[in-house]
Amino acid sequence: MTNWETIIGLEIHAQLSTESKIFCGCSTHFGDEPNANTCPVCLGLPGALPVLNRRVIELGARAALALGLQINNRSIFARKNYFYPDLPKGYQISQFDQPFSANGELEIMTAERDDAGHPLEWRPKKITITRLHLEEDAGKNVHEGLPDIDRYSYIDLNRAGTPLAEIVTEPDFRTSWEAYDYVNHVRRALQWVGASEADMEKGNLRCEANVSVRRRGAEKFGTKVELKNLNSVRFMHRAIEFEVERQIGVLEAGGHLQQETRLWDERAAETRVMRSKEEAHDYRYFPEPDLPPLEVSDEFIANVRDGMPELPEARRKRFMEVYGLSFPDASQLTSERSLADYYEKTAAASGDPRAASNWIRTELLRELDAAGLTAQDSNVSPEALGTLVQLINDDKISGKQGKEVLHEMFKSGKTANAVVEERGLVQLSDTGEIDRIIDEVIVSNPSQLEQYRAGKEALFGFFVGQVIKASKGKANPKIVNERLKAKLSS
Amino acid sequence: MADNGKTISELASGIKSGEITARAVVESSVAAAEKLNETLNAFLEIDRDGATKRAATIDSTSPLAGIPIAIKDNICVQGMQTSCGSRILGDYHPPYNATVIDRLLSAGAVVIGKTNCDEFAMGSSNENSAFGAVKNPWDTSRVPGGSSGGSAAAVAAGIVPVALGSDTGGSVRQPASLCGVVGLKPTYGRNSRYGLVAFASSLDQVGIFARTTEDVARVLEIIAGRDLHDATTADVPVPDYASQLSGDIKGARLGFPKALFGEGLDAEVRASVEAAVNVYRDLGAEIVEVELPHAQYSIAVYYIIATAEASSNLARFDGVRYGFRAEDAPELRQMYRKTREEGFGPEVKRRIMLGTYVLSAGYYDAYYRKAQQVRSLLKQDFQKAFERCDAIITPTSPTPAFLLGEKVDDPLAMYLNDVYTVTANLAGIPGLSVPCGLSAGRLPIGFQLLGGYWSEPTLFKLAHAYETAQPFTERPPVHAD
Ligand SMILES: [Zn+2]
Repeated sequence: MTNWETIIGLEIHAQLSTESKIFCGCSTHFGDEPNANTCPVCLGLPGALPVLNRRVIELGARAALALGLQINNRSIFARKNYFYPDLPKGYQISQFDQPFSANGELEIMTAERDDAGHPLEWRPKKITITRLHLEEDAGKNVHEGLPDIDRYSYIDLNRAGTPLAEIVTEPDFRTSWEAYDYVNHVRRALQWVGASEADMEKGNLRCEANVSVRRRGAEKFGTKVELKNLNSVRFMHRAIEFEVERQIGVLEAGGHLQQETRLWDERAAETRVMRSKEEAHDYRYFPEPDLPPLEVSDEFIANVRDGMPELPEARRKRFMEVYGLSFPDASQLTSERSLADYYEKTAAASGDPRAASNWIRTELLRELDAAGLTAQDSNVSPEALGTLVQLINDDKISGKQGKEVLHEMFKSGKTANAVVEERGLVQLSDTGEIDRIIDEVIVSNPSQLEQYRAGKEALFGFFVGQVIKASKGKANPKIVNERLKAKLSS
Repeated sequence: MADNGKTISELASGIKSGEITARAVVESSVAAAEKLNETLNAFLEIDRDGATKRAATIDSTSPLAGIPIAIKDNICVQGMQTSCGSRILGDYHPPYNATVIDRLLSAGAVVIGKTNCDEFAMGSSNENSAFGAVKNPWDTSRVPGGSSGGSAAAVAAGIVPVALGSDTGGSVRQPASLCGVVGLKPTYGRNSRYGLVAFASSLDQVGIFARTTEDVARVLEIIAGRDLHDATTADVPVPDYASQLSGDIKGARLGFPKALFGEGLDAEVRASVEAAVNVYRDLGAEIVEVELPHAQYSIAVYYIIATAEASSNLARFDGVRYGFRAEDAPELRQMYRKTREEGFGPEVKRRIMLGTYVLSAGYYDAYYRKAQQVRSLLKQDFQKAFERCDAIITPTSPTPAFLLGEKVDDPLAMYLNDVYTVTANLAGIPGLSVPCGLSAGRLPIGFQLLGGYWSEPTLFKLAHAYETAQPFTERPPVHAD
């Protein structure tokens, strides 16, 4: 416990997964030739006008509902005015005092981590999300790999007009791990409902953090610094840690902090001033006269809600309550929607939800990871995995055999029964047959029998091994144990 | 060249019957434009080749088959320039047609050229064009009005029967009045703005000039209606305007806002418009006094809202992607500054500064928000007034055409020219200017009819009744053969 308290607020920009841009019909496809996906509207040509893509409203609504926000029946687009070469109109169409959605309360699970990065104790935390609004992305300036780059900059406007949801929280985070867990929560939620790919590496989820510190017990917030260029959740975490240290250092040395924007430099592992408060823009927001107010009916909202899958947190809780899973296991199974779907189908098919959980989390995920696949692309269907679990539960095959079978199923796409049959793996549970093998083993090992009966009980294991071996590994170990005990003591 | 000065109906029936060809009509229009441009400076570009080629391929059954038309140079026509009367656009050629242009072309019209205007449609005299002022065909020492002065002069001089302009605060109606032609600013949302270079988006509408109300109606029914490229167009059916012109207007209630006929109004204009009121009375209309208590604030409100929107709309002219870019500016901020410094004229800069100011942190509430509140009150004024009458009559402009240079050093006096016209833009209602005679100095005078939303048919009918009773047959001294 230090004398300082950290205060963090977050802004996330998530690209909504539409086929076309927010105000024109151009493709949002990533990686095309520079400026291939442009038209008079997203080039900001004189006379061109924006028209709202309806799909943006639906995905925006999904995102808002997934994060517990209230969708406003009426919201207003506004112009945010500033000059930059990647901003073709000289303003960004965004939302300001009447956003698409507001007043969200979100419960996340968070934990501090030990030095090795392992979570200590998971606990719930409520975060207030101030707003989620809709806006367009800018293009990008290109400074490398083109002719005369020492004299010219180039602009690629393919990304200009890509739809974004900006998600802003209150300054509710008190540690960098809380911020870390929140961003992961939001990422998963947006992916879960199909609103965004939310992949930070691809740049379709971007994050900015407002960081300040204050003496423990103080009521007033300290001077806040805005951190940018946080290109992954890890970077964000490191940047906040650095910034908190820096701010405390300045204050403890008797210095003053400046309200400013700082960039995280991952290579140098430090934050650096990008612009001071004096250089801050006056964006001169005003209502966008080219777009009528966005009206969203209660019926529309209800329809979107009805069309949404059960949210990850609710599903995790249900997995714990209904299937008796632990928090880490249920969390792992709800880390992705396709995995949770997969689990639930397997649990039903196997009739043993906990065994299904174990098989998926250990064996299946190992196979999937090795093949670089996700659950929905799995070569082994949930039904097939369920059958395998059943075979093991019914003592048809042993757990050890099961792993072998799963590996083969994954490789060949065959069913569990087919693999078991092909390999002659069926577990021997016929007590008559097992008795016969036991009798043979006893007869063939008279001296061991004598020693056992003389009290050397450790030899029991020897007999079990001999029986299993004589059955070519097929004998059900449980039955062998039972029968052998009876025979040896008779 | 006897085709010049004819109306659409005259030309269309001639072309349909084979009496004249579309090609001959267009050629004579182009020739007149070329010849009179030395005197009037009405056109910034005349597309002789394109227009004659197109005229040869016209299907004579189209509603505007072979009708030559002039387009204000702030409306995008593919294959021609769009300069907005500004240096900053240079020889910018848009890669697409405005929706209204697409519709005109589908109807068989032939665009013969782009007309001169005040830079970015900012002005009431056309003297703010970077390419020199347009001269009034009635008196070339006088202004044609603005900002769509080139379109007004081209119609008045008989070069084309019809032309498009844009009207943000009176930029179609005021020059129509000063040049003696009919000019319409339709209901906001009636015409698509897609391809009209924005000045003030919540006020701009594409408007129409013609010599008769009937021709205005014929063109409106072609270009009006919902456009999927413009979210502010309304899904309101487009009637056959031209077929609903005739019929008597007995019992029509004409609103007379007495307060607007007071101070600052030229005596001849007042007499002329009051005479028009009497014509209506004689035609059986009932004259009702109405009040528009907030109209006195309209110039102030207009110059806050229009400049605020303009400051943002004109941000895209930054030298980065198209148009003019200043030389010798190696650094980005420097390039922006120099490009805009050299590219924009003084009036545009004045309005960008005003608009930037009223939107600034700390001033927004006092100016922009307050102006929007008064704008709502003005709308309510009109709503109340239109409960008592079908249309309101006012002068269009407080004076006939003034001398070139007379008001260039007094922006405020210039702004006051719009006193009768800006209210329609602020309220979003239609306004129609109709010629009603000449001053003693043989300068045209016009009156304005204002109506409720989508009341264009009512305005047309009233205007047509006046034209029938008092035909305006005078021609300006500068006129096509
Ligand atoms: Zn586009």
